[in-house]
Amino acid sequence: MDVLDRESEHAQRADTMTPQSAAAELRGVTMSYGAAQVVRGVNLSVRPGEFYSLLGPSGSGKTTCLRLIAGFETPDSGSVHLYGTDATRQAAYDRPVNTVFQDYALFPHMTVGQNVAYPLTVRGRPKVEQERRAGELLELVHLPGFAGRRVSQLSGGQRQRVALARALAHAPKLLLLDEPLGALDLKLREAMQSELRTLHGQLGLTCIYVTHDQGEALSLSDRVAVFRDGQVVQEGTPHDLYEHPRTAFVADFVGGANVLPRGLMGSAATGSAAQYALRPERLLLASTDAPGPHLTGRVQGSGYLGAFTRLEVVLDGRQTVTAHLPPLTSPPRPGDPVTLTYDPGDLRPLEPEAGG
Amino acid sequence: MSAATDPIRRRVPLWPLLLLAPPLLWLGALYLGSLLGLLGYGLRAVDDFTGQVLPGFTLASFRALFVPSNVDIIRRTVVMAAAVTVACALIAFPIAQLIARSRGPRKATLLLLVTLPLWASYLVRVYAWRLILAQEGVIRYFADRLGLGGVLDAVLATPGLGGTSLANSSLGMFLVFVYVWLPYMILPLQAALERVPASLMQASADLGARPAQTFRRVLFPLALPGLAAGSIFTFSLTLGDYIIPSVVGAPGFFIGQMVYTQQGAANNLPLAAAFSVVPILIVTAYLGLARRLGAFDAL
Repeated sequence: MDVLDRESEHAQRADTMTPQSAAAELRGVTMSYGAAQVVRGVNLSVRPGEFYSLLGPSGSGKTTCLRLIAGFETPDSGSVHLYGTDATRQAAYDRPVNTVFQDYALFPHMTVGQNVAYPLTVRGRPKVEQERRAGELLELVHLPGFAGRRVSQLSGGQRQRVALARALAHAPKLLLLDEPLGALDLKLREAMQSELRTLHGQLGLTCIYVTHDQGEALSLSDRVAVFRDGQVVQEGTPHDLYEHPRTAFVADFVGGANVLPRGLMGSAATGSAAQYALRPERLLLASTDAPGPHLTGRVQGSGYLGAFTRLEVVLDGRQTVTAHLPPLTSPPRPGDPVTLTYDPGDLRPLEPEAGG
Repeated sequence: MSAATDPIRRRVPLWPLLLLAPPLLWLGALYLGSLLGLLGYGLRAVDDFTGQVLPGFTLASFRALFVPSNVDIIRRTVVMAAAVTVACALIAFPIAQLIARSRGPRKATLLLLVTLPLWASYLVRVYAWRLILAQEGVIRYFADRLGLGGVLDAVLATPGLGGTSLANSSLGMFLVFVYVWLPYMILPLQAALERVPASLMQASADLGARPAQTFRRVLFPLALPGLAAGSIFTFSLTLGDYIIPSVVGAPGFFIGQMVYTQQGAANNLPLAAAFSVVPILIVTAYLGLARRLGAFDAL
């Protein structure tokens, strides 16, 4: 009851501030660790209720951006806004956000129940309420009856769930997740992904999710910001990012793509871009005299991946392309000459990379 | 069956045992053996006239510990050891946390600064403190210059704390004890604090705990094993020390001095042995208490 009241109170406060205020916003944020500038002029805006991912290779500044929103770091310049309020100088304990840490950061000297109830403990809530809330949340993350266990008795996946339960205990409107599934094995990761997505809808949460796993980002998110060298190089829905990558980096990092120079395509390339992206699954094996644009070369390697066969082909002039072909009963062997065709409509013109 | 043919036994090689033998012998025979010998001595009687140890066993020396003047000595020593331990813990915590959160050359420098005093002889440092605390010493000099001579006099006039000069006061002795044992508190505490991941502190703040709450609920409980280890050093080192009380401080014996005097000048080995059992019992009780309070739970 109490928890629900607080929740709606939160929501009301957010609504009355400015009708369209973002859940979290970074405005022109820069941040350095010593001499290294890790965030360089990042602007991003997360809408209430959104599942928003920060995607990028390690060292691209995505985790630092999350820490800026959580309040563990203060930007050198720029500002952080939470639900329409300038939170740049606000202490972490005063911000209406909770974080699931990459290493879970569970308190080793407390039981699972004490960990989950911690946000209520530090707010001086009665013991009964703490225990009830811990019980509820452990049920929510499918760990009923775990309240009395010690953290050291839990498996990695269980710890992950406890960390999630603890971050949800104070009913935050905004949940930050720092590569929370990174340490889990594939099966568990997939199960947790769908659970996270369910919780997100069920609790009306806004989630900001940091990951370097593009598949995870695409499958979970409403929108994704792709990071590189401390900057957001492209922001959009998973569909946008995959279908219309703006640069070679995004094309390759999100889903993998062949980045081909204009010269290879001849008249198939429209527009004036110097480079084009072509997804591996849009390449087809064809006979040499097939109509339409084609690429010829020799097979360098192939791999059977169940759903498709991966073919690596060296084109004339040392350029390599990867093709994902329907499973072949007798795939070309290394050294065989092959011809690949594609629909010119699948070519995506790329902008030059922003100067790094 | 012989060890050579038994496939499981054969896998236990001899050399670790050989390597372990000297320290085990040292601990077993020389350390524990002499400790037991000491206890045995406490049960012997002594000829008052010649100081010779007599045959037969008696509890007389242990009973003598409960004579009011001896109880005074024990009480005085324990109170001092407790006060020194608390003061060391209070001073050491922020220093240890600073070192634990530092990295690279800064950390090395800080650790060096903490251990640097240990490079000089303990005796030299204690005598240096006598000069610092003396009636004509540095503290008096600066107190007078700064117009704080009256404050110093007032402190020295406090019964139980003061004396004719700082060098002859319990307060002076306390200061020297705290100075001498401080590194032994900082180092284990630093080691414990270093093992507390920064993310735990951030998680605590993230979940709404103010800095004081994070300290009380997260940092302090996780530092307890280090605090316990450090306090065992400062507490037992103070309990057994006989140099500092004889160089600095108010009149009145400490346990260590009593042991020293009884086995030397007074030639009463059984009483000396009985007195030396006291710190052992106190430290054992202290460890048991620390364990019951959960000081080692975080290990």
